[in-house]
Amino acid sequence: MTVKSMKDYVGVSRDRVENFNGKQLVYVSWDHHLLFASPFLLCLPPETPFAELVSGPLTALVQPDPDAAAVDWSAVEWLKDNAPFTPDFSRSLAANGIGHKDQIRFRTPGLNALLNAA
Amino acid sequence: MDMKATKKKLGMKERYRALTRDLGWESSYQDKDAIFPYVNYEGIKVHDWDKWEDPFRLTMDAYWKYQAEKERKFYAIIDAHAQNNGHLNITDARYLSALKIFLQAISPGEYAAHKGFARAGREFPGVGTQVACQMQAIDELRHAQTQIHAMSNYNRYYDGFHAFADARDRIWYTSVARSFFDDAMSAGPFEFMIAIGFSFEYVLTNLLFVPFMSGAAYNGDMATVTFGFSAQSDEARHMTLGLECIKFMLEQDPDNLPIVQAWIDKWFWRGFRVLGLVSTMMDYMLPKRVMSWREAWEIYGVENGGALFKDLARYGIRPPKGWDDAEKAIDHMSHQFMLGLYQWSFGTSFHSWIPSDEDMDWLSAKYPDTFDKYYRPRWAHIKKLKAAGTPFKNYGLARLCQCCQLPSVFTEPDDPTLTCHRETVYKGEKYQFCSDGCKDIFDNEPEKYIQSWLPMPALFSELGGDVGAWMNWVSLRDGDDNGDYDGSTDQKHFNEWRGLATSNL
Repeated sequence: MTVKSMKDYVGVSRDRVENFNGKQLVYVSWDHHLLFASPFLLCLPPETPFAELVSGPLTALVQPDPDAAAVDWSAVEWLKDNAPFTPDFSRSLAANGIGHKDQIRFRTPGLNALLNAA
Repeated sequence: MDMKATKKKLGMKERYRALTRDLGWESSYQDKDAIFPYVNYEGIKVHDWDKWEDPFRLTMDAYWKYQAEKERKFYAIIDAHAQNNGHLNITDARYLSALKIFLQAISPGEYAAHKGFARAGREFPGVGTQVACQMQAIDELRHAQTQIHAMSNYNRYYDGFHAFADARDRIWYTSVARSFFDDAMSAGPFEFMIAIGFSFEYVLTNLLFVPFMSGAAYNGDMATVTFGFSAQSDEARHMTLGLECIKFMLEQDPDNLPIVQAWIDKWFWRGFRVLGLVSTMMDYMLPKRVMSWREAWEIYGVENGGALFKDLARYGIRPPKGWDDAEKAIDHMSHQFMLGLYQWSFGTSFHSWIPSDEDMDWLSAKYPDTFDKYYRPRWAHIKKLKAAGTPFKNYGLARLCQCCQLPSVFTEPDDPTLTCHRETVYKGEKYQFCSDGCKDIFDNEPEKYIQSWLPMPALFSELGGDVGAWMNWVSLRDGDDNGDYDGSTDQKHFNEWRGLATSNL
């Protein structure tokens, strides 16, 4: 049973992709960098090249972290659906298989100024 | 005539019977199932409604008398508070952030509980239950009302109080409490009783009200202390009703046990997420602190909660499934939450701030295993950013949990350096969660939770990502209600007015 109800009951998802005016949601999170309290929520057209996601909103958002300047974007390890993932920077989110409300994570081994400070 | 003279007055016992059990009747021309259509679909089997005990034996006439007396006392003190400039007697205007969160997130919950109990009173067939639910419905309405009245005096002097109803409906940090009550109110009557009567009243009220009311007393807020006292005598009755309901279900039929256990698991976790707000108020927002969140959890969670589940063990009930994960989160949650509130403070209808050096020393004494290791370095860096003229604001917004609707600020139970990532795909669509507890609740009833209205995605789906339009829509006045306490109008006014009251300026 998918809901406890008196008769058949079908819900309607509120955050369907068609409600986002041609865009989609993407969540991006920098592992072990918890200066940022939660994964970022971005709303972008699915045609956005992956490189643009990185050089645009992501680079701007991570600036406050002391490790930001040292990130080598060509060397970071990526995860999607919590599994290793190799994005093609020149291709779009859609072509990279990044769907609506997908969670992208990235790791930068060796970089962790705020964790090692104590 | 040979008529026997009746006694003028009924005795206590007779009056109780006349005013409760005697109010019910057996229907003759309507089927019972048609009159009480919602009482069977949850699967709870009841064989004898008369087994329902009324531990308080309270009748409506006595109820009105007690409540009217409490109201008179309450409003006398509220008037005195207003006339004696009670708004200047608080320790510091930072304290008001805790009050603002309470008014925006918790007081509307009292009103929701009122609606829920009014409905449950209609849906349950037993007369004892109906009367108890009716009284609790009126109590909850009174609590919402007295809280709003008590805090209205602050609204004349300080920012962030003026639009609590819009904040409740639309802003992002209140949706954890709103969705808790929406979830309960859209469940059947028995689950509602577990959600509010048991989880909220029995397991959580102590952790919510006791530290909050002592916090108010410690910080000179007599208005809030007064509504706390006025509500407290009702709470004892509510807790008893919740526990009575759970025992009644378990005693009526052994088949009820797995259903009740699943509800306890679910509602413990939903309640624990609401406590995220409370932990932050206790550890960060009280200028003069009562005890740490960890200490409150030890007393009210571990000791009291533990005793309760020991008592229920004879019915086959075990402690809630999320209990161990909760314990692992205790030393982290208030810090994780406050860091979030600070970096998104452009979108909060209250102020937050960087803890002072003394505050941080207190936190590291209270959280010796976690604060200095994980959280002090972050605050120190945020302090540096502010000193450099680039205060930290996180415009990335946040991933909200599909179930509890909080930003996913929580970490893996066994790795406090890594955000907890959980996701599921249902009917081809992806959903994100903050924890196993929240994901389990979704997986159990996905058709319910796919409908969640999540405030941050809504900023994009409904307002095209326009933050200014969003502020207008949630009635948040940019520059007044939001942002850092340091430099705020609240801070300026409090210092000026308090200065006038305590010196010869």
